[in-house]
Amino acid sequence: MQSLTNRSVVVRKREMSFMEKLYLPAILGGMALTIKHLFKKKVTNKYPEVKRIFAPIYRGVHVLKRDEQGRENCTACGLCAVSCPAEAITMVAAERKQGEENLYREEKYAATYEINMLRCIFCGLCEEACPKDAIYLTDRLIESKYDRKKFIYGKELLVEKIDERIDISKRKKNYTMA
Amino acid sequence: MAKVTIDGIEIEVPDGTTILQAARMIGPEVAPPAMCFYSSLKTSGGYCRTCIVKVSKGSEKDPRPMPKLVPACRTNVMDGMEVMNFTSPEVVEARKGVTEFLLLNHPLDCPICDQAGECHLQDLSFENGSSKTRTDFERRTFNKLNIGLHIQLHMSRCILCYRCVKVAEQITDGRVHGVMNRGDHSEISTYIDQAIDNDFSGNMIDVCPVGALTDKTFRFKSRVWFTKPVDAHCKCDKCSGKVVLWYQKDEVLRVTGRKDQWGELEEFICNTCRFEKKKTSDWIIEGPRHINHHSVISANHYEKW
Repeated sequence: MQSLTNRSVVVRKREMSFMEKLYLPAILGGMALTIKHLFKKKVTNKYPEVKRIFAPIYRGVHVLKRDEQGRENCTACGLCAVSCPAEAITMVAAERKQGEENLYREEKYAATYEINMLRCIFCGLCEEACPKDAIYLTDRLIESKYDRKKFIYGKELLVEKIDERIDISKRKKNYTMA
Repeated sequence: MAKVTIDGIEIEVPDGTTILQAARMIGPEVAPPAMCFYSSLKTSGGYCRTCIVKVSKGSEKDPRPMPKLVPACRTNVMDGMEVMNFTSPEVVEARKGVTEFLLLNHPLDCPICDQAGECHLQDLSFENGSSKTRTDFERRTFNKLNIGLHIQLHMSRCILCYRCVKVAEQITDGRVHGVMNRGDHSEISTYIDQAIDNDFSGNMIDVCPVGALTDKTFRFKSRVWFTKPVDAHCKCDKCSGKVVLWYQKDEVLRVTGRKDQWGELEEFICNTCRFEKKKTSDWIIEGPRHINHHSVISANHYEKW
């Protein structure tokens, strides 16, 4: 049969020489390689003690931002949900009542806001679609869980706490309008 | 009959047809946008100036061009007239200016507005507007006014197209609202905070090109692109009963009239159909409504679901 390429090699079963039959040089060569790696710089990190530095554009768990006065930015416009290719976001809007002006920035707010983290592909389109500066992807990771239902993150997990703000200034730089 | 050429396409139309209607007969590729003109409402049009076109040849008898751009909805065709719409850079530029003026005082609250997604002003600014505003001034705002149980008025969003006034005048029995004050201070208002409660007053919602008049029963319930439109009809002794139901899951969130290609109601529907029949059992379902795939309403759903 004619070969398709000229790269084929005919395999010959050759008798091993005396040195090869000893196996020792081969073993020593292998050991040398192993020991050499002991003195090389490690590529892994000791995770809980040492944390890897994320790229500034890393896309991890989302955060729903508040403004300087602590009011929620999100107005449940639904643009993140319609832009989401994985259809991971759902929300229910509600009208702001009198006396809630310090809680929500706009007349309308998200009464429930859920992201299914198992569906989410962390593409960042929601962040790009958001007209209200409300949703950002952060450098935080999803905790592993045993229950699938716990991966549906509601507002209690997504909205940043007033006293522990999440810094997104690094990401914001990437989204300045031209 | 009059022969008229719009953007190089010739069509023969009956005498007395306006340029806008002739352009619509040809199709959407030459039809100018219209914010205030409404074919089923008499004397509508002539306010917004978005439909301005250039008449490069007046008629066969008098071939001189018209000196200025003319509103297509208020200009009748003449035999041998030549009209330029999208082919004229002058018209495109002027329309961009008109759009900028309409947006001068229009609030940027599309994320909150219930009309977003089916708003004609959104479409207009998407097609003809610039992405930035050049004004430094505060936008005009108005005090909130309660005009009844079913209709929510957001005066700051109004572009003063007068369509709702004409609906009240021509469709309902007795108009209780109108445009007060003049110029920059003009506002839609009722006579001494009277409630609008006519049998056909709900049509003002559908007729409104922006989100100035919206359905209170649908207020903040959902966004239009999360709802699925379904054609349905019922027996109604007041109107034709032909409507569109907007579903979210199994729930009818909103009932509207059927709008044609130009965003105009095919038939006006009564308030009972619009506001009170919100159960599937009230209706005979005809099937899913066709939505242009350029519309955001068609996002994430398909023609057959």
